[in-house]
Amino acid sequence: MNIPIYLDNNATTPMDPRVLEAMLPYFNEKFGNAASRNHAFGWVAEEAVDYAREQVAKLIGASEKEIIFTSGATESDNLAIKGVFEMYKDKGNHIITTVTEHKAVLDACKHVEKLGGKVTYLPVKEDGLVDLAQLEAAMTPETILVSIMYGNNEIGVIQPIKEISAIAHKHGALFMTDAVQAVGKIPVDVNADGIDLLALSAHKIYGPKGVGALYVRRKGPRVKVTAQMDGGGHERGMRSGTLNVPGIVGLGKACELCGQEMESEAKRLSALRDKLQSALTVLEESYVNGNVEHRLPHVANISFKYVEGEGLMMAMKDLAVSSGSACTSASLEPSYVLKSLGLSDDLAHSSIRFGLGRFTTEEEVDYAVEVTKKAVTHLRDLSPLWEMFKEGIDLNSIEWAEH
Amino acid sequence: MAYSDKVIDHYTNPRNVGTLDKSSHKVGTGLVGAPECGDVMRLQIQVDDNNVITDAKFKTFGCGSAIASSSLATEWLKGKSIDDAMKIDNMDIVEELALPPVKIHCSVLAEDAIKAAINDFRVKNGLAPIESEKVHH
Repeated sequence: MNIPIYLDNNATTPMDPRVLEAMLPYFNEKFGNAASRNHAFGWVAEEAVDYAREQVAKLIGASEKEIIFTSGATESDNLAIKGVFEMYKDKGNHIITTVTEHKAVLDACKHVEKLGGKVTYLPVKEDGLVDLAQLEAAMTPETILVSIMYGNNEIGVIQPIKEISAIAHKHGALFMTDAVQAVGKIPVDVNADGIDLLALSAHKIYGPKGVGALYVRRKGPRVKVTAQMDGGGHERGMRSGTLNVPGIVGLGKACELCGQEMESEAKRLSALRDKLQSALTVLEESYVNGNVEHRLPHVANISFKYVEGEGLMMAMKDLAVSSGSACTSASLEPSYVLKSLGLSDDLAHSSIRFGLGRFTTEEEVDYAVEVTKKAVTHLRDLSPLWEMFKEGIDLNSIEWAEH
Repeated sequence: MAYSDKVIDHYTNPRNVGTLDKSSHKVGTGLVGAPECGDVMRLQIQVDDNNVITDAKFKTFGCGSAIASSSLATEWLKGKSIDDAMKIDNMDIVEELALPPVKIHCSVLAEDAIKAAINDFRVKNGLAPIESEKVHH
């Protein structure tokens, strides 16, 4: 067992050695530009890209012509939202999203607002799921796009995608989903799920960083996005720029492996995750954040009341995890996702996200439980709030000095 | 962000963790911060008849730097008169623990806790509380 133990697989995943192996020839011996149509170097690269396109498409039930390669999911989200806004501006100017989206979606939507668009940021229920009645009520004749993430990066909840896309389509809008955390972890099928645009990333599925894709539906309806970068007109004119051939090969291989191993991996990881979660929620005053039924198999977000997340992580230095605590971010604000669930700031400050992955072992999970329990106990021994709680003092009865 | 060795030392082996009898008139208690902000410090001093601090205890809810700042404060308080203790400056803590700019608020909180504990003791013993006019860096 190697220390520290990596349990932050929602942030990024280690690359699978099989992916690396597939990529390596494309750095040197097969270095061609996939857009070079006139010689063998270009053909080899193009062939590799086409194969990767099929691998990616297969994982999400799409056709290879519907895959646009990008530099990652942030670019895919931006291209989808800004590109749809520009392309469909004659039809309407309204976009619906949720408050728990990734910043790439939220900030692209803010950009759209600056361009004169209207954006509705739907709240979520206490369990992190979208209220379908609220979504339906927010739809207007001006609504051109509904953008709601598949699985949440902080708490792992899975949105009712089929129901959401049905509502969007009923009102004549397109449906886009940031599926970065879901693709390769649970079955995602663009046709069964009614998805018109989908963003995915290689480095969350044991592939390389710096490469991702945007699925853009070609039939029923034929969806178009306005390119956000001018240049050589690559990727059917939607995304210019010389293709990152080794990265794309890696993304393709990563998708293929996920397709083969997802089912057994999901079972293995959810069993490990449940083991970790039940062992930790034995601790007094610990709470699982988000819906536990509709949740990605590898994530558990747990708040340990009366201890602060960053202080806790310091005591858990043998584990690489992340916290919703303010102190871990530049903004000094606790996680907006946890706050959207109605969690009080102190509970948001006390949260730890455990993200298991393909290389997580049971031994590591057992060790993580031990380290976490010890850390929580240590921090509670130091915590004045824990002492007050144990004495039966209502913390809300105290006038705290905000600072 | 990497922590300094001193922060790690205080965090791993915090000095003077505990609770003094807050109902005693020889004990001053300072409780500062707010759970919503992710930092709460409780600092207590035991004062003898010569107004010298003979014991200090703390408990802190917060990040490693906040725990280290309060642990260090209790070390510095022991043996000081309450007048000298009033002079402890947050920047002394910043310097001793090599706190980065983003963690300066932890030292400010520790200074506030010291002053709050001293003033609690003063009020309990019929002395006027001392208003701090300091502007924090």
